[in-house]
Amino acid sequence: MNRVRETGTPKVLGDDAALDTIEDTDLDTSHGPILYLEDVTVSFDGFKALNGLTLYIDDGELRCIIGPNGAGKTTMMDVITGKTRPDKGTVYFGQIIDLLQLDEPDIAQAGIGRKFQKPSVFEQQTVYENLELAMHTDKRVWPTLFAKLSGEQRDGIAEVLQLTGLTEQRNQRAGALSHGEKQWLEIGMLLMQKPKLLLVDEPVAGMTRQEIERTAELLLALEGKHSVVVVEHDMEFVRSIARKVTVLHEGAVLTEGHMKEVQRNPKVIEIYLGA
Amino acid sequence: MTRSMMARGLLTFCLLRALGGWVPWVAVSGLLTSPVVTANEDTAVFAAATNSLKTATLNEMEKAVEELAAVHDPRVPQVLKALLEGRLYYTKDAGRMVYAAATADGFEITDVISGGKIGTVEKFAIKKVAINNTLRASLNQLIARLELSVGDPAQRLSAVKAMSKTIAPESALLLRQQLTVEQDKSVREAIRTALALADIASADKDARLKAIENLKGNLDPEVYNRLNALLEKDQDFFIEPDADIRNAAEAVIKNISFKLQLYRLAETAFFGLSLGAVLVLSAIGLAITFGVMGVINMAHGELMMLGAYTTYVVQLLMPQHIDLSLFVAIPAAFILAGLFGIAIERGIIRFLYGRPLETLLATFGVSLFLQQLVRSLFSPLNRSVVTPAWMSGSVEINSVLSLTLNRFYIIVFSVLVFLALLSVLNKTRLGLEVRAVAQNRSMAKAMGVRTGWVDAMTFGLGSGVAGVAGVALSQLTNVGPNLGQAYIVDSFMVVVFGGVGNLWGTLVAGLSLGIANKFLEPYAGAVLAKILLLVFIIIFIQKRPRGLFPQRGRAAEG
Amino acid sequence: MRWHERIAGDRGDKLLLSVLAAVTVLVPLLNLAVPATSSLHLSTYTVTLLGKYMSYALLALSVDLIWGYGGILSLGHGAFFALGGYAMGMHLMRQIGERGVYGNPVLPDFMVFLNWQELPWYWFGFDHFAFAMLMVALLPGALALGFGWLAFRSRVTGVYLSIITQALTYALMLAFFRNEMGFGGNNGLTDFKDILGFNLQADGTRAAIFIITALFLALGYLACRLIVGSKLGRVVVAIRDAEARTRFIGYKVEWFKLWIFVFSAVIAGIAGALYVPQVGIINPSEFSPLNSLELVIWVAIGGRATLYGAVIGAILVNYAKTVFTAAFPEIWLFALGALFVLVTLFLPEGLAGLLRRREEPAT
Repeated sequence: MNRVRETGTPKVLGDDAALDTIEDTDLDTSHGPILYLEDVTVSFDGFKALNGLTLYIDDGELRCIIGPNGAGKTTMMDVITGKTRPDKGTVYFGQIIDLLQLDEPDIAQAGIGRKFQKPSVFEQQTVYENLELAMHTDKRVWPTLFAKLSGEQRDGIAEVLQLTGLTEQRNQRAGALSHGEKQWLEIGMLLMQKPKLLLVDEPVAGMTRQEIERTAELLLALEGKHSVVVVEHDMEFVRSIARKVTVLHEGAVLTEGHMKEVQRNPKVIEIYLGA
Repeated sequence: MTRSMMARGLLTFCLLRALGGWVPWVAVSGLLTSPVVTANEDTAVFAAATNSLKTATLNEMEKAVEELAAVHDPRVPQVLKALLEGRLYYTKDAGRMVYAAATADGFEITDVISGGKIGTVEKFAIKKVAINNTLRASLNQLIARLELSVGDPAQRLSAVKAMSKTIAPESALLLRQQLTVEQDKSVREAIRTALALADIASADKDARLKAIENLKGNLDPEVYNRLNALLEKDQDFFIEPDADIRNAAEAVIKNISFKLQLYRLAETAFFGLSLGAVLVLSAIGLAITFGVMGVINMAHGELMMLGAYTTYVVQLLMPQHIDLSLFVAIPAAFILAGLFGIAIERGIIRFLYGRPLETLLATFGVSLFLQQLVRSLFSPLNRSVVTPAWMSGSVEINSVLSLTLNRFYIIVFSVLVFLALLSVLNKTRLGLEVRAVAQNRSMAKAMGVRTGWVDAMTFGLGSGVAGVAGVALSQLTNVGPNLGQAYIVDSFMVVVFGGVGNLWGTLVAGLSLGIANKFLEPYAGAVLAKILLLVFIIIFIQKRPRGLFPQRGRAAEG
Repeated sequence: MRWHERIAGDRGDKLLLSVLAAVTVLVPLLNLAVPATSSLHLSTYTVTLLGKYMSYALLALSVDLIWGYGGILSLGHGAFFALGGYAMGMHLMRQIGERGVYGNPVLPDFMVFLNWQELPWYWFGFDHFAFAMLMVALLPGALALGFGWLAFRSRVTGVYLSIITQALTYALMLAFFRNEMGFGGNNGLTDFKDILGFNLQADGTRAAIFIITALFLALGYLACRLIVGSKLGRVVVAIRDAEARTRFIGYKVEWFKLWIFVFSAVIAGIAGALYVPQVGIINPSEFSPLNSLELVIWVAIGGRATLYGAVIGAILVNYAKTVFTAAFPEIWLFALGALFVLVTLFLPEGLAGLLRRREEPAT
């Protein structure tokens, strides 16, 4: 793992730049990775949730991250999306965007979408409105007040409705959806954001076998167009979608590689089985 | 000394004070104790000497006065003073010696021997005991000497102070004599000051310098004035020609001013501490209901009000034992407010867990209800609550610093309540369950904790403490239906400032806000000081939304 | 949806606006055109009372906007109302001119009484109607901007926000009680004579102010309806229901909150300015935390996040208050207290929710 981010003058995205990005910002992925986490440490009252974590995600890659409880998976996502500030380390999106300088909305507008572990949709609003809210557009106050949907945007929403299979429920309140449907709606909302990088936290927890299969299909369809990072406990699900797997343990990377290699790794077996 | 021992000691101490003024409280209030008045002096001797005044001619007067002065009786200076001021008369019919004071209808007369009032008489019914100017001069001296040698220390002290204002050579002599026999420490101190002041006016430079040096650190306002007078100028020239004297005086003045400031600082700190104690008392119940349970109880102020009214009712029920009333009122208020609290929790709040804004509105409704309840039951007007004798008065540390007792007790009391609450939360089974429910309700439930019962008890505890705070408040402010309203905003500010869910935070926040308020007051005035603090907290909360001592860790991230 | 669809989309809206229009026309007619002897005649007292209710309704709308839709429970909204009222009061005070008790052409009576020699700088300009009206909107707006900017930027939410808004209005109340502030202290501003040259006591002026208040209520209602129907309105609701989620899809939550908070404060200020000429006085008690809490209960009773619920709640509760405080003053606080408790426990969606439940019994 000797990929090093080129040291140039890092460009800090201010409010204007981040909010104006309807078209692509100059996200430079010419050196391969789209996300760089280097030596990231986070501690809560002395407990190190992340301990010198270094991780790279390639452009267009679908990466699965596994690890036992407390390995730091959710904290890692918190750091990437700006919810938690690390004590030390650097986090770059592409070559030039320093994520540690941005807040949550800026990071979202820069092209990182996140799906939470617990399905989190706007329950009082319809499926259609949920997607419209998530849509990639100018999200400043005044433009939002006067926003009207263009034909192109309507098509975009229709497309996502189709993809997530929620076309029939488009005018239903999101709170009335089933658990699985809420998960798909949330993935749909992610897609509306047109992110370059998707962070998906336990997408199949509490789903039936059929729902899991559909979710796997959804995520696989994204590969290539977006980079996707999936955190999941369900090994079978991981096996069904994973190309490359990273194992986190005690806040750092334990090993990385193809699912089959990882499963044979004695250290991985030890932390999972405690043998 | 362990914490509980200390608490017990303090409690005993308070009890003793409550049981009557006779318990000598030497350590703090040595000055307040009055010696038993020597009652059975030979009244006959006194009466004879007094009566001789009315028969004496002007020439015999001097002798008669000296004879009277030789009688060892506390009433003597009074008679001489009355003689000097022309208030000493005798009745024409019976020849009784009386004091007379002119009123609209004639003269009100008082018997000299017994001190009893006789009534009002016409002018012609009495005759004044006359004196001349020579007698007047010697009377002044006699009175001063008498007051110095007889009477209790307080009387002697005021005599010395009176003499030091217009010091004459003869009085200096008198003072020096008295110094050799005087036993009381503070009187000796006052005499020394008076003598030093007399020396400043003398002609001997060394004696003057020495006197000035001796006044160093003396807080008597008279000293300060006298020294400052040495530095005054008449147009461009100093009234005092000697530069050495002036320099010495200036140095001593600086020293005194510094000391004065120090004591004023201490006094402000004391006032601040007592205000802070009140804030802590009123906020600490809230720290439990809001801080530990996360319930906004807008009726908290009204629970304090109930506590205050409990005090009022208890005093009505036991008018003969006002001194003990607070010790009955405290548990009564705790139980009453606690029961109200439990009723509020069981009847309203438990249906609203997880909806803090609704809880706020519902409990506000309760507060309106309770306010109207006392208005209807008692009166919209303020009720008067009596301060027990043991709580009134003050302790004079020196001439600039005196501490009022009720404030002192409030500070002690709030510390006691705080410690009691802390030990309930940390040492008892209930405390353990309360903390468990606060941290993880469903887990606690799974472990067999009766969460409903714990909620009710916690809320009852917080409310009961509010009632107890109300008893304390009844000693400081008016007891009326609006009592709670005045404290509710402040209490919330204290809890939020200190950090929710942290009793120590509440203590520190309450005390520091109280002290800050009192230190701001001289510069900004009372209202503006309060506004400034409110604005400060508003800005502070926005900088540190979790208060001074935030709960940390992942659980708090929410 | 086109704008007229948005406005007239809801049955409640249609009903409310039609009733409002009818009242606006009928009330002044019954007051001015019908002779006093007729049983249909409305007294000027009633007209003013109705006008007062309407300014309260506008205030309630502003609270519903931020609480019902935005989830921001302000316990200090009375402060914005009072500031707007004071701005209007200052104008009316300057209009008194030489007719005051002391006859000073420039200084209001209370300043003469306090031996002030000249007008404080912040009173300049208030003799111009246009300037004063600008201040009616600007003062509450500026306070809301400064306060909201501090509060929302540091993510003060929920009950914390409620408590500091309460502290804000409490601090302002203490400040306005001070004579040194130059706003009449305890007594506030009163003894107004006329507005734009019209006598404030005249029936015609009263009716005109009533009509203007009704118009502003309708305008405010439409503006609020447009906002909650816009995408911005949906973002605000999204923030209410899932603030963190809204951030993660790219909205700067604090700016949205700030915008809606300032807008709401301006509406509250306008309501205050309409209130003052009708009741003829503005004093620091308008800042009291109790007032701000009371207006929250109007909205709760009418029904949150409906807009018309706020209007109905404000009018009903205040009507009840007028009746009760006249007939059984003892009972009013009991009744109000009970209302708080009962509505939060049994009627969380207010009267509007009750109506809705009857219309769609299945859900």
